[in-house]
This record gives sequence, C-alpha cells and structure tokens, in this order.
Amino acid sequence: MGLAFKEETFRDDYTYRNSLDAIRRFPFPFPEDKYMYSVNIEPHVKGKPGSVLEFPLDIDEHYVSECRDKAITLARDPGRYASLPHMMDAQWDVLELIMESLSRDYPEQFKLTKDGNRWTWQNLPLGIENTFTFGDRSSLPMEPFEYVGRQIQGDWVILDQREGTLFADAGIVTSQADWSLAFDVGMSWHQWHAPVPRATEIGVMDRALKFMMNLQLGEPVRRLNWTMTLNPRLDTSPENYPLWGPDRNHITLDNAGDRVHLRVELQTLFRLPRSNGIVFSIRCYLISLNELATYPRWAKRFHRILKDLHPDLLEYKGLTKFHATAVEWLSRYDDGAPLDIGTHPE
Amino acid sequence: MSTVNVRVAAIEQVTPLVKHFTLVREDGQAFPPFSGGSHVVVAMDIGGRIHRNAYSLMGAPDDTQAYHISVRRQERSRGGSAYMHDNVAEGSVLQITMPVNLFQLIRMGRKHVLIAGGIGITPFMSQLHDLKRNGFEYELHYAFRSPEHGAFSAQLKSECGERAHFYIDSLGQQLDIPAVLSRQPLGTHVYVCGPAPMVNAVLEAARELGWPENHVHSEQFTAPPMGDAFKVQLAKSNMEVEVTADMTLLEALETAGVGPDSLCRGGACGRCELDVLELDGEIFHHDHYLSDAEKSSGKKILPCVSRARCTHMLLDI
Repeated sequence: MGLAFKEETFRDDYTYRNSLDAIRRFPFPFPEDKYMYSVNIEPHVKGKPGSVLEFPLDIDEHYVSECRDKAITLARDPGRYASLPHMMDAQWDVLELIMESLSRDYPEQFKLTKDGNRWTWQNLPLGIENTFTFGDRSSLPMEPFEYVGRQIQGDWVILDQREGTLFADAGIVTSQADWSLAFDVGMSWHQWHAPVPRATEIGVMDRALKFMMNLQLGEPVRRLNWTMTLNPRLDTSPENYPLWGPDRNHITLDNAGDRVHLRVELQTLFRLPRSNGIVFSIRCYLISLNELATYPRWAKRFHRILKDLHPDLLEYKGLTKFHATAVEWLSRYDDGAPLDIGTHPE
Repeated sequence: MSTVNVRVAAIEQVTPLVKHFTLVREDGQAFPPFSGGSHVVVAMDIGGRIHRNAYSLMGAPDDTQAYHISVRRQERSRGGSAYMHDNVAEGSVLQITMPVNLFQLIRMGRKHVLIAGGIGITPFMSQLHDLKRNGFEYELHYAFRSPEHGAFSAQLKSECGERAHFYIDSLGQQLDIPAVLSRQPLGTHVYVCGPAPMVNAVLEAARELGWPENHVHSEQFTAPPMGDAFKVQLAKSNMEVEVTADMTLLEALETAGVGPDSLCRGGACGRCELDVLELDGEIFHHDHYLSDAEKSSGKKILPCVSRARCTHMLLDI
C-alpha cells in the first residue's frame, strides 16, 4: 500500500490539511440526526479496504508529522508519558501488539524480524532501527511503551485490572481533548469518568466497566467519540490551556469553515496477553468544516447534531462559546429534507 | 466467544488421580502468550451433549507452541473429568476457548504468598513463571494427601527451592494457615486455590488478622451441583424451560437455544448473570461472584452453577 506522508504542523502556523482521500475515509460518527452519550461499543473487526477500520491500527498520511508533533509535546512536558513500576509486563505486551500489527499491515513501512527473543525493528518513515531483547528493558533506549508510543499515532493508556475495576496506570498522551494524564494516572474507572455528565446516573459507566472487565484476548472492541477543536491542534491539554483556550473567543462566520474542526476519536481496546491488562488507544482524526462540507450530507447531519445537543454536553465538550456560530455556518447546508440513516458520504 | 481446535499431543499420568494434557493447535498456528493464573474452558462432546469445564493453564506463559492443563478425576464427576481421563487419548481433538484470567497476580504486591491444596496447584504453575520473570518475592505452600498425590512436587522443589513448602497429610504434616499469614510483611498478597474448606480457612484467617480484603485472592471453580428438577419462564423468549436433575440451568437454556453468553461456567466470572424478575420460591446460589446482598435479594442468578426450588421463576432473557 502506498502511503505519501505529508509535511505539516499541528501548532503555530497550522498547515495541517486533509487530502481528498483522507476526507473520503474520515470516520464520520453520526448515523442519525440525534446524538446521545452512549457506550456504543462494537467488535473491532476488519473494515472496508482503505477505510480507517481496514487494520487494527490505522496509519495515514499524517503519520510522520503527527509523530513529530508528539515528540515536540513530550520534549516540552516529559510528564505526558508516565508508567507506574508494576506495568512492565504490560509495556512489553503493547510493544508487541504495535510492532506486530504495523509490520504485518504496512510491510513497506515497518519491518520486524525475530530471532528468538532478539528482535529487530525498522521504522522506515521515521528512520528508526533497533535490535533489542524482548523483555529486557536495558536493551532499548527508553522504556518499551514510550519507545513504541512515540512511533504510533494517537494516545495510549494501559489499564491494570484489579480489585474489580480498572486503573489507568500507564499512558503516553499528547493529543488529548482536554484531559490530563498527570491528573488521571493511577485513578480507577469511576474516578476518571466522574466528570462525564448524565452517564453515572443512568448506570452507563457500571455497564461499560463490566463489559471491559470481560474483554477477551483476541477480541478487541472499538467505539467512536467526538468533540470539536479550534485549529487542527492535537495537544489540547489542560496543561497548555492558555495556548488554545482563547481561540474560542475568535470564531466568526468568516473563519469558522477554516478553523472549526470536528475531532473524532477512534477508541480501541485490546486485552493484553502477559499482563492481563487492557490497552486503550485513542486515535484522533481532525477535519475542518470546509473539508467536511465537501460532502454536504455530512454538513447537513452535523448541523442537526450540533443544533440539538444537550446543554450539559455543550459544556462538557467545551463548545459553548462558538456553538452558535458553528450552527449558523452549518445551517447553510441544511435544507430540512430527511436524511437516510448512515455515516457514509455522498 | 472465539474458540480454537486443539489436538492432544501428549498425556502424562502425574499421580494416581491426575493426568497432564499437552495441547497444540490443530491449525498449526501459535497460541497467544497468556498471564499466570489464566484458564481455558474445554468443550467435550459427551454422548451428544456439550460439556464444558474450566482448567487452569499451567505451562510457561510465553510457550506459544503448547498449552498445558491437568485434570483430576473427580469422584462424583458428571462426566467431564471422567471423560478427560477415560475417553481422551493422544491425538484426540478438543475445542478450547482463548485464555481468561480471573486469578491474576497483583503486580503492585510487595510479596506474594501462594497457598495450594491438591489439584489447586495448577494456576500457580503458570503464576510462578510470572513471579520469577518479574523478580517478585514469593512463598509457595502446597498441601496434599500423601506423597504419591503431590502432583509436580519434585518439579516445584527444584524450581522454587526453599520458597516451596510442602504439607503431606498422610505424614501428619499440617499447614498452619494463621501462622503463615501472621508472619508476612505489610503489602503482601495471598492467593489460595484448593478445596472449599482450605479457601474458607485462608479467607477467615486473613480477615481475623486484619488483612485488607483486596490483598486476599481465591479461585474456585465449582462443579455444578445437581439437584431437583425445576422449571423457569423466560420473559423475552416467551417460553418455559425445564431444568432436569442432571442438567444445569445454563445447559437447559442452551439446549432450548436461548443460552446467555458464558465464560468460566464455574460460578467465578459472572458473565452468564441473569436478572430474576419474579420468583415464588428459593434460589440456591452456588457461585463465588454475586455479593451476599445480591444473593439474598433473589434478583440475580448465575445459571452455570445455581439452581432453584420454585414453581415460578421469571428470567429476563
């Protein structure tokens, strides 16, 4: 599979753009006109060729620039990577998952050769090559989870299962929608979900936890989540709020199409074999309203979703300041005619 | 629930009652590595009826060429262990689930005390690999009936050295559980697998010594007790199912084509839990999953091991 990696930035001059192909494969998350917070988990099975679901881990045209942006964020704030000492088995599990998936599904870009426990990893797009001993921390330049986490798009959190719940005990988090690894690391399931509005009352979190505790080896699951981001910025962390928060005050009908982005997270969960932990991957896809509206069907659907979104969710997702402007911008695409069910573009 | 066909590559008679089975994949592929304390559920076709038993994996977790289980012949077997002993031979094909772990090491523990009774040694055989790989501090206490019944004791002695302690009942050697627990440093976790009286003794001793509950771990797969026949009504399927005396409620539901998801089938994982909407009698809970409060509420049942005496029980399925 040919992959042309783009040179682009996710900060300062924000040169990130989606190619026509990238727009076409965007994981638009709204099959219906109404959105409710729900668990909406499904098996993470192979999707259509070319789609973001074709392989367990998706690599796209933004891979190289995204890894570069991740390195900048980690250099400025090393606390974006954290792992408690008891997570070493799980770290190697994740290294194995990522290296095996990428070398199997993108053989032109990634190569893994094994000679017993002696592994050689080649990442051609990033120009990385290391030979190391699987299971021996000292044979890699850094901890295995950080090493591999720097070479994959998206955020990764490893959950330890004990005491009838899950603890977020390791993570590499540089493209988060306003949550903090430094704040959440070591927390249990119910602790880190406490801010989700209306979910605790309706028991969604209890059911989701039970489902996750029963996650089976070799049967990963996924869900889509979404929010909105101003400018194509990956690092919308609470730590750096002053760098991106004020953007909300400068959205107009003239600049909304360029600056307002739908941010979709493809969240996947894999049971890990040696540690019995779970790795939670949050892969972020960004698309500007202008790009989205190249398929009017999507703009029309998104208009209906945003227009009727519950005020609690507007607040939780941080959309209140530019919500009205975005709805008005999108309304141009909505003729009021019914839309059939489904997330597909025209 | 994904399953895989395995071929029995070797059978070893370990003790007069225990056989060790080496399983390889029929498709020639590698198994996934697993975590110490995991089990698989083996499906057996016994006279047209599918029988499923959970067995701990006892090999090295990074051995992806073969999985190892050991089966003790149960005196009053409903067929599972007798079938494994009498009907399964080298070359036989069985179906197993992927590994599931309900008895994993708590890797935050400062020290790990493993207490096994009889065939309860099996989950520790794989946990010991995890303990050694991570360099964790541990002790193993293994009680068995008589010298010839000490499955894998020679292997354990050579692998664990002074960390392994054996208690042989016929030689008058008794495991003093309160003494073992009372000399452990803070931050120790204890794990017990064995017959119910031993598990209960460990739980009780830990409670009396003031151990935090989340430092005490046990695993018991209950062989489903048989009992009188009873009938249940199913709200969603709109039908009535009879549970005969030699069948579990879960098996009866499966036979009727309306079985819920299930995993361990031994009352440990909770996957098959059902809501009881109406009940005019009594539920006999045999599981280790529901809380005491849930059991006494009469609103939930694990159909894999629990039964009822009633004329009317409406299940939400």
